[in-house]
Amino acid sequence: MMRRLLLVVWLVAVAAAPALAFQPPAAQSEYVPVKDLPPVDQLPAAPLLVAAYSFIWLAAMFYLWTIWRRLGKVEAEMRALEQRRSHSR
Amino acid sequence: MRKAFFPLLLVTSAMFAYAPVVIAHADYESTMGLVQKVMYFHAPSGMVMLISAIVCGVASALYLWKKDPAADRVAIAAAELTALFGLIVLVTGPLWARKAWGVWWVWEARLTMSFVGWLIAVGYLFVRKYGGPGSDKLAAGLAVFGTANVPFIYVSVNIWRTMHPMTTVVPTLQPGMRGAFWFSALTIFMLYGLMLAARVHLERQRTALDQLYLAEED
Repeated sequence: MMRRLLLVVWLVAVAAAPALAFQPPAAQSEYVPVKDLPPVDQLPAAPLLVAAYSFIWLAAMFYLWTIWRRLGKVEAEMRALEQRRSHSR
Repeated sequence: MRKAFFPLLLVTSAMFAYAPVVIAHADYESTMGLVQKVMYFHAPSGMVMLISAIVCGVASALYLWKKDPAADRVAIAAAELTALFGLIVLVTGPLWARKAWGVWWVWEARLTMSFVGWLIAVGYLFVRKYGGPGSDKLAAGLAVFGTANVPFIYVSVNIWRTMHPMTTVVPTLQPGMRGAFWFSALTIFMLYGLMLAARVHLERQRTALDQLYLAEED
């Protein structure tokens, strides 16, 4: 008798396990204000994302500008030198 | 290349301007949310940094071996771009990490080795600028060591326990993220190619100017 009872309990437990496993999460018992979250969760992502993309844009534009400026200087110097040589001939 | 430069620059600029729209429409990552979108330019910039370090090292080795000034021009251009894209990686990475990890910086293998790689590129440029006569060969030797560092940077996330996402992240991107990633990557690769071409042209013009001065002295 005892053995049968244990078998029934075991079968019920095995059958109920998946059903218990798929239960929805417990209902929220209280609302948590954002300020009470850990510092990382409070941090807004948008300013970091905007800062990252702005930096990439500025760095690329600045570098292209420095190439254009350096090239302009070298070519101006070349023209001046060519002119000086043609005058001296 | 000279004829194709300006049309390619226009196409790249349009892609660069449109990339944020493509990225905004990409799927959100489940745990990091919005800040994960830093990855779309951070990871391709990292790839370009490593490619540029290899270009610099190979060109420097060629310069040391064959004494070809054209290889030296490519090496100095690639070193400058390694420093530029390295800086982008080292600035955008911490902006992502602050939200994703809760800290700006961790001295773990990938970050530390990337920083060392960037320092080697900056060191190359300092040696070229202030090293005096013979600095071109000294810097070329440094660049070869910089290239030797590249495989370690790449595999560091797979062989050491690090916080940085592994190299498997990019090949396994979901369709909702894959298109945006490769669009951004193509934009960055094209930008790199154009910058390298422009920088090599600048170095070529400098050589021509030096030759003009020498001709005038004669």
